Amino acid sequence: MEIGPILRAMTRNKLGVVLIALQIAFTMTVMINAIFIINERNRMMARPSGADEVNLFHFTSIGFGDDYNERIVVADDLAMIRQLPGVVNASTTNAIPVSGSGSSTGVRLEFDESQPSVGVAIYRTDDQLIDTLNLDLIAGEGFTESDMRYRSESGATLADKTVVSRATAENLFPDKPLNQIVGETVFLPGGVEVQIIGIVDTLQAPWPQSSLIERSMIVPEMFVDTSSLYVVRTEPGERDRVMAEIEDLLLADNPNRVLRSLRSLEDTREETYRIDSAMSTVLWVIIITLVFITCMGIVGLAVFGINRRRKQIGTRRALGATRPEILRHFMLENLLITSVGVLVGAALTIGFSIVLTTNFNMPTMAWYYTPVGMLALLLIGQIAVLGPSSGAARIEPAIATRSV
Amino acid sequence: MFLYYLRLSALSYKRNPILSSLMVLAVAIGIGAYMVIYTLNYTMGGNPIPQKSAQLFHVQLDTGDPNRDNDAPEQLTYLDSMALLDAKRAQRQTASSKFTAIVEPANPEIRPMITNNRGVMADFFPMFDVPFLYGGGWDSSSDDSLEQVVVLSREMNERLYGGADSVGENLVMNGEVFRVVGVLDDWQPIPKFYDVNNGPFDPGEDLLVPWHHIVDKNYGRAGNTNCWKAIDGTGLQAFLNSECTWIQFWVELPNGGEEQAYLDFLNSYAAEQKQLGRFGRPLNNALFDVEEWMVEQEVLPDETQILSALAAMLLAVCLLNTIGLLLSKFLGKSAEIGVRQALGAHKGSLFIQHVIEAGFIGLLGGLLGLGVAALGLEGIKVLLGQEVMVTDWIQLNVPVVFVTIVLAIASTIVAGLYPIWRACNVNPAIHLKTQ
Repeated sequence: MEIGPILRAMTRNKLGVVLIALQIAFTMTVMINAIFIINERNRMMARPSGADEVNLFHFTSIGFGDDYNERIVVADDLAMIRQLPGVVNASTTNAIPVSGSGSSTGVRLEFDESQPSVGVAIYRTDDQLIDTLNLDLIAGEGFTESDMRYRSESGATLADKTVVSRATAENLFPDKPLNQIVGETVFLPGGVEVQIIGIVDTLQAPWPQSSLIERSMIVPEMFVDTSSLYVVRTEPGERDRVMAEIEDLLLADNPNRVLRSLRSLEDTREETYRIDSAMSTVLWVIIITLVFITCMGIVGLAVFGINRRRKQIGTRRALGATRPEILRHFMLENLLITSVGVLVGAALTIGFSIVLTTNFNMPTMAWYYTPVGMLALLLIGQIAVLGPSSGAARIEPAIATRSV
Repeated sequence: MFLYYLRLSALSYKRNPILSSLMVLAVAIGIGAYMVIYTLNYTMGGNPIPQKSAQLFHVQLDTGDPNRDNDAPEQLTYLDSMALLDAKRAQRQTASSKFTAIVEPANPEIRPMITNNRGVMADFFPMFDVPFLYGGGWDSSSDDSLEQVVVLSREMNERLYGGADSVGENLVMNGEVFRVVGVLDDWQPIPKFYDVNNGPFDPGEDLLVPWHHIVDKNYGRAGNTNCWKAIDGTGLQAFLNSECTWIQFWVELPNGGEEQAYLDFLNSYAAEQKQLGRFGRPLNNALFDVEEWMVEQEVLPDETQILSALAAMLLAVCLLNTIGLLLSKFLGKSAEIGVRQALGAHKGSLFIQHVIEAGFIGLLGGLLGLGVAALGLEGIKVLLGQEVMVTDWIQLNVPVVFVTIVLAIASTIVAGLYPIWRACNVNPAIHLKTQ
């Protein structure tokens, strides 16, 4: 093989080798870690919230004036909205998934407040939320109107029934089958006893970054002040039409209020994850720029190296080397340099990934990222050097006879 | 001599336009990308009130759950805030909380609107150097007497009064009349250091009123509220007496050395409260000045920190590239260097000539890099949109422009050191022979 002469040729241009190898190493570090971050964000964004997001929209209504009675207004509003053509169901709630704003509480298995509690998101809502969000009830049952409690002042939970997400149920009772968890009693702060009457498959907490993202509970309890958050589910395709009409209808019913944040849940999700999607875009731009620059560097130094050795190439050709042999020489040379680069790059990649894991609470990178990245860069190097190498292969043997 | 070398650099650029342009492009991309991330980090992690950040302190009392070992609550309870306000141990102090209300404009053409507001003490305005367009803040006496006075943001004044001097006007908020005493000038510190618990890059509030109104009129609190313990009873009074934290508390301690005295005061207050069965944890009260508080609250997003490491590596790749290209370029003109040496140029002047040539490339790269950075910042602004955070500040500013140019020139010269050294050590004899 020709590795011997190639290696000896490389030792005559050590700096060129080091420059390319380092570029490859940094490029690989950035590329692999960036792709890992992008994949992580995509995975996070792809988690279902449990709600039928495409057909949902929400808005807040805040009443003013002395004779504003929220309990009556909400009942009227919901009755009016539910009978609108194209609407499936509507609810009021203190929070909605993926919105980034909500309330959390601690659930205990015992009355004793010094025992550890399981943190969950708490949705305080009317008796229809499970249907309105179109949640998948996998055990037990939902609420009825008689379960509803109303309050006008803050304080301990009044409701005595709850429907929890599967993750909450499994966290509280790791060893029990789901249908046996239904009927269990748990305790909320202040020693409030609530009975689990149903389990939904998925209902995310409202905060995407939270560690308790999959744990939630629903209680049939409405806070009566002047502000209500409504969530409405429409028939497929009807959402935008209903959204366009709802404001006028509500203001016609009761003008003593202000509506705000009338938005589809899809838009809310997009906004909640805006920073993540912006981050992904920025990382893609960095990756593409970097690969482009590295390729430019490989081409530049290859052309430089070939031009310096035109005469030697010509001599080799004159001595009987075929064009494919010349091509192979430069391809192989690049392969060797890139191999050094990806080996250094593998170490840097893993090192940087450890820094990310320890400082920014990112998960550990799966093992296959590094080898796949190494292969990808070897391939990129070969593609980049293909042009200059075939240029070298076209050098005429006659050049050996000319003096510069 | 400098101008002569500069002209030589330009000539050299023209002789090798493709190679030289590649170098400029590499420097421009590397520096441009780095400056985009630098601008984000520089502002988001910057000091929003440098003139007095060391005199303003965020008060943190550890009233947390004694059965858990999580972090101390960021905000204070009502009981503690009132005790600290009454004690008046600092030169200036303010409680601060967010709430929403409905404003009914006098002009019937404008529909009633929900406003984002903040309750603060009179001291808030002088403490944080809040700029006023018209009028000013209110007197401390208005705090205690619950005078119905309000300060408007500039934008709210535009919406309600068309930007006119509205001082003295009456404003109806939740059905009650408040007198306008001041209109803020544009005031959007980045980060919004006086409230990093409710979005450190959120826009400022529409209206500011004396803090005590929040409790007196039971306004809808809009900020973060955290309760580790169930509220004992129902109603506003039960909430006020609870361990729920929802009030931010800032003090101004203008002279050095007072910090320890104030902390001692906090600790002795906590010790007193321990007697009453509160403050169940070991003493862990703290004062954070503005910069310390930004760090403690991890205001600088993870994203920009990760990006700045990645951008630094991108810059490194671009500079490695530049080294390679400069090497090709300088070695390509060995013959010229040989002639110059033979004509009497010594190594020192060759060195200066090539440093200037590298700097020239760096300068061009830096100028183009400014374009790349401006474009990149514009792109980030578009990606983030207006809804998630305030983005007006995402643009090139004077210090960033300056850093860009200097960094571009300096890094190109550093990258060029080895190629320059090689160029200075060309053996003239060899190159003269082939001429």
